[in-house]
Amino acid sequence: MRKTFIISALVEHKPGVLYKVSNMFWRRNFNIESVAIGSAEQNDLARMTITIEGEEREAEQLVGQLEKLVDVLKAAKLDPGEAVIRELALIKLKVDNSKSRSDLFNYVETFRGRIVDLSPKSVIVELVGSKSKIDAFIELTRDFGIVEVSRTGETASLRGPKSVRIDD
Amino acid sequence: MSGSQALIKALEKEKVKVIFGLPGGQIMPVYDALLGSKMRHILARHEQSAAHMADGYARASNNVGVCMATSGPGATNLVTGIATAYLDSSPVVAITGQVPTPQIGLDAFQEADIIGVSTPITKYNFQPRSAKDVPGVVRTAFFIASSGRPGPVLIDLPRDVQIESDEIEFTGKSNARGYIPSVDPDLYQIKKAAEMILDSKRPFILAGGGIRISNAFRQLQDLAELLLAPVGTSLMGKGCFPENHPLSLGLVGMHGVKEANKIVMESDVLLAIGSRFSDRTTGKLDGFCPDTKVIHIDIDATEIGKNRCVDLAIVSSADKALSLLNEALKETSVKKKTSWSKRIKEVKEAANNNKQSIKELSPPRILKELRKILPLDSIVTTEVGQNQMWAALNFKAIKPRTFISSGGFGCMGYGFPAAIGAKVAKPDVPVVDIAGDGSFRMTENSLSTSVDEDIPVIVVILNNQMLGMVAQWQRLFFCHRYSAVELRKIPDFVKLTKSYGAEGVRVNSLKEFTSAVKKAMNTPVTTVIDVPIDPEENVLPMVPAGQSLDKIIEG
Repeated sequence: MRKTFIISALVEHKPGVLYKVSNMFWRRNFNIESVAIGSAEQNDLARMTITIEGEEREAEQLVGQLEKLVDVLKAAKLDPGEAVIRELALIKLKVDNSKSRSDLFNYVETFRGRIVDLSPKSVIVELVGSKSKIDAFIELTRDFGIVEVSRTGETASLRGPKSVRIDD
Repeated sequence: MSGSQALIKALEKEKVKVIFGLPGGQIMPVYDALLGSKMRHILARHEQSAAHMADGYARASNNVGVCMATSGPGATNLVTGIATAYLDSSPVVAITGQVPTPQIGLDAFQEADIIGVSTPITKYNFQPRSAKDVPGVVRTAFFIASSGRPGPVLIDLPRDVQIESDEIEFTGKSNARGYIPSVDPDLYQIKKAAEMILDSKRPFILAGGGIRISNAFRQLQDLAELLLAPVGTSLMGKGCFPENHPLSLGLVGMHGVKEANKIVMESDVLLAIGSRFSDRTTGKLDGFCPDTKVIHIDIDATEIGKNRCVDLAIVSSADKALSLLNEALKETSVKKKTSWSKRIKEVKEAANNNKQSIKELSPPRILKELRKILPLDSIVTTEVGQNQMWAALNFKAIKPRTFISSGGFGCMGYGFPAAIGAKVAKPDVPVVDIAGDGSFRMTENSLSTSVDEDIPVIVVILNNQMLGMVAQWQRLFFCHRYSAVELRKIPDFVKLTKSYGAEGVRVNSLKEFTSAVKKAMNTPVTTVIDVPIDPEENVLPMVPAGQSLDKIIEG
């Protein structure tokens, strides 16, 4: 059965590592939905959160292939039921009359987003949530005229004391 | 101390005795530092051959092979050889020069992003940016190349780092915290495996290159004899189990021995050890032993379930897993699989009675004759194509590490330089490259190296004036329409060989062949034996690509 998997990986925070990891995705024919990367709890580590749609076996193979890379210290599949999963999106919309503007503000409020930039002809909406929530907001506001969508890809953390980390 | 001197010292500390290479502008400081070293440098005439020599050296000796080249074209010429080593898990360390750090990215003269190029075909690669880092990088490179599932590692050394002078420490420590080469086998899984094997009626052992890498020859033989279970091998596994043993069935797969393919399909439990279920071994995956329970032992966890779903997995080196498995089996009252081994005997005897008479200079006869002449510890390498499959089918490898071939990558031009590398590792045994005329031409200029450096090997060219395997496929699957496969009688290999100062001889009968090989074994230079064969002869049996192993085309 095809479904979406979230994989959290701790990697060396140094030049070339992103290339080596993404090269492996290509070489092993994985179809990656998104990758979010940033510094991790230790300065010399970065965390990559990878989402992939596929079969269970494919996701397990991806975890294995990640762990096999010398620059990857740990990789694990997260159970979506046990993890907080969030994505951040900045969506720039064309809004040049007050009627549509007030409609939009209602949507933003309903989706618990924020207006982070306002100009006479455009607004930038900041939205945090699941991928599907952001997808829904974009669909809903498409008629306003979307100028730009910038999304981080999903990042995730296990609920409770469990974690994907290495000992100091 | 300069970065170059540090590199040389670090290589010496790794007990490197020989480097196969070819210099150029951006590696010159290293070549200069090499002058003060006791390590032998063997000058290749093309970097691809240097990499194959290092690989052949590694496979024959089980030590890391080292090759070296300059930046840009030197480095990219290594690539084919590195990829060959990667696909067959051979421990090679490749050292390349690089343009000076400030020029990286500026498309400087002879600049190639060899880190980018080599990433998908190396186990790991490095580009140290300061001379101080060199000893740690070398130690880590050798550790990674030779441990776990071995493979090639590349060190790309910018010229300014080679020249930079600094106080350089040799701590002897490797630095790769994310690298865990191997784990001990799970004892519960071993126990389960023993139970599955004891419950089975028709167990089959499929031995791969992992046996050779971990030196598990003895354990494998113990297991087979303990159970009276037949052993088939992948191409990488050839030589892991004596092919003259009553339980040996030989090669399994597309060009497998008919009896091996037949028996593996009859098995009820398949124990695959250090083998990765490559498409050349399994044929059509769905049709490969569909009802057989599979136990897979491999040191590389990602190989388990990658191609074939398994019933039981043991992540471990072959030697550790087999030692424990044999112990577990011996603790029980092992019932030998007597009726199964009778069946093996029957099938093998039927095959022996079914021998057809074939032309005198037919490759199977030539190779069987060669086996009779060569001492058992001789090393045979192959090129790729018909010559390789004829060798795999007809030349029985009896002792470990005596059959060296490019399996996964199927790289034409491999056999001759690999033979030179193997001869450097084992100077006291005869080394024979079984070649085709097409493959040999790809790296024939290694004749210079073999003559110049006094590394005498024997090349047997099965000369059909064809790119034989492609021609065979065109005959069998493309209505006999030859497209770009005819090589004609060019060159005259005897004259070509002599122009290099090596020996060349053409033979026209089996008797001439025998005396040519015997003479070559006592000749202090490389001998090329040109054997004209029928251009239309197929390597059989074969299983057409994409078919299951029972869809065999027989000879």
